[in-house]
Amino acid sequence: MSTFITDTAKTAHNGIFPSNEVMLDLKDLKKVYPTPKGDYVVLEHLNLQIRKEEFVTIIGHSGCGKTTMLSMIAGLNPISGGNISVLGKHIKGPGPDRGVIFQAPSLMPWMTALQNVMLGVNQVFPHATKGQRNDIAKYYLQKVGLEDAFNKRASDLSQGMQQRVGIARAFAIKPKVLLLDEPFGMLDSLTRGELQDILIEIWNKEKITAVMITHDVDEAIFLADRVVMMTSGPRAKIGDVLDIDFERPRSRKSVLEHDDYYKYRKHLIDFLEH
Amino acid sequence: MKQSLTLGKVTKFMGLGFLSSFKDLFTGKLEKEDYKAFLRKVIVPIASVLLFIGLWHLGAKSLYNVEAEFRIEKALNEQGQAAADEMAACIASGDISCQPNTLPSPSQVWASFQSLLKDHALISADKAAFIEKTAALNEKRVAEGKDAIVYTGRPSFVDQIFRSLKTVFAGFFLALLIAVPLGIFIGLSPTLKSAFNWFIQIFKPVSPVVWYLLVFMIVKTLLIDSSEDSSFSISFIAVGLCSMWATLVNTSMGVSSVDKDYINVAKVLKLGNFQKVFKVVLPSSLPLIFTGLKITLSVAWMVLIAIELLAQSPGLGLFVWEEFQNGANDSNAKIIVAMFVIGIIGFLLDRLMLAIQNWVSFEKTDAI
Repeated sequence: MSTFITDTAKTAHNGIFPSNEVMLDLKDLKKVYPTPKGDYVVLEHLNLQIRKEEFVTIIGHSGCGKTTMLSMIAGLNPISGGNISVLGKHIKGPGPDRGVIFQAPSLMPWMTALQNVMLGVNQVFPHATKGQRNDIAKYYLQKVGLEDAFNKRASDLSQGMQQRVGIARAFAIKPKVLLLDEPFGMLDSLTRGELQDILIEIWNKEKITAVMITHDVDEAIFLADRVVMMTSGPRAKIGDVLDIDFERPRSRKSVLEHDDYYKYRKHLIDFLEH
Repeated sequence: MKQSLTLGKVTKFMGLGFLSSFKDLFTGKLEKEDYKAFLRKVIVPIASVLLFIGLWHLGAKSLYNVEAEFRIEKALNEQGQAAADEMAACIASGDISCQPNTLPSPSQVWASFQSLLKDHALISADKAAFIEKTAALNEKRVAEGKDAIVYTGRPSFVDQIFRSLKTVFAGFFLALLIAVPLGIFIGLSPTLKSAFNWFIQIFKPVSPVVWYLLVFMIVKTLLIDSSEDSSFSISFIAVGLCSMWATLVNTSMGVSSVDKDYINVAKVLKLGNFQKVFKVVLPSSLPLIFTGLKITLSVAWMVLIAIELLAQSPGLGLFVWEEFQNGANDSNAKIIVAMFVIGIIGFLLDRLMLAIQNWVSFEKTDAI
């Protein structure tokens, strides 16, 4: 399985992919939850390599173990077997080198938008002056279109705006890998489109290696360099990988009008329906 | 962002929103559709208060009659017809010596309330005069290194109220200082939780009276060399120990049940323990901590009366007890006055805590 992925990785993008350096490497990953009736194996023999500056979306049926995999990469869920490494180093628990955008915005509701972003920035740049840290936080909040809401309390922001703060918070700590767990799943489709645009705009600038879980086939194609399809659990693993050869930066319109779009879409839907 | 604080906002904040209906009535701002709400929020409570006073009046009257008849009957059986007639006449004349001693009527209670206020004015004047008279002498005594002479007269009813408030707040802050930090530690550490759990479960239901006795045993010995009156220390410590449990349980529950998402954020950002506690755990458990403190304050006020009574510490509890022992003809009425004062102050303390809770917490809680 792993050779298959490495092979496709090499041929992808006609060899023009900026880097073939492996940023994130999942080797023979396994997750077991003990239950009174014996062990329940969620993931088994899961292999996945993600290159530097690559955007990978992961799609699969509900309950197949996508979120389990992502939280294992984040270090929030212990690994039962195999290993995960970032730039060749095995991970040990959570850390700011792997930024997470959660499904719920998970902002501290008693803090302002700025304070929420600063919470991470202060932690990652302890040697910067207060002014510099403030500038970093404000820069990313501006990038997500919240320049008028620095001092609004998170609890006073709409869901969509809260998730924008979540995006700013994740980018502001300059992680090596960005993990997105269905970040737009709770939003209405209009807001979702807006946030996808904002996300991809920042990402085009920062080029942080990203792994994103989604249920939305169109979202998966629009954002990704590669769509990874997971088989249904138990014992879920990588079922198929689809390279998306659209040029970057992309616009929604050009993607939708591209001849390959429906081919990709059909591929994904065929996988999910079988 | 400055918000102008109008009277309406302040009252609503304190959970006294019904007061704004009165304001609307007087300023003529009441809309037609508001009348139903006005009827429900203002007229119905007033009517129920009047009904309550009416029933109270009738009840007090019938109890009075039962007592009066019993006295007349007793006089008749023991001393004959002449004594019975005399007793009936005496009761009818309203003479103090033979008044039936029972539940006072609303008007008697009101009269006692006024007499207590008058008494307070008298005592205050007396105290002011005393202070004026001794001012020069005290200055001299202080200069000579002697203790100043203080007023040792009888405290008035109003003085007792303030004394009680002082005791209850001292007890409340003691409870806060013990229960909040302890609750945080217990909530953070499952080990400490199992260490303290039996302790909490066993001592939480203990009666205030027993707490008082325990504190009395300890404090009496600790202050054995001190010439000072220990009744205040004993009563406020006992109040604090009785009332701290709600805060302790709520704080540890709030701390141990912080939203998992917040904890995950703290983990991903690798916040240190200090930062995690002060930036994430504590703010997120503030609403529960304040719920606990609110219960603590109301419990403190409730047990205070019993404890003051036992400790012979000046305050409303002692006032009630002394009036009961006193047995003067207006003692019962004074006890009822104290009952209302205790109730109203308890209500105001509850609203005060609610206002503080709304002020500090990110979740707005509405008054019920």
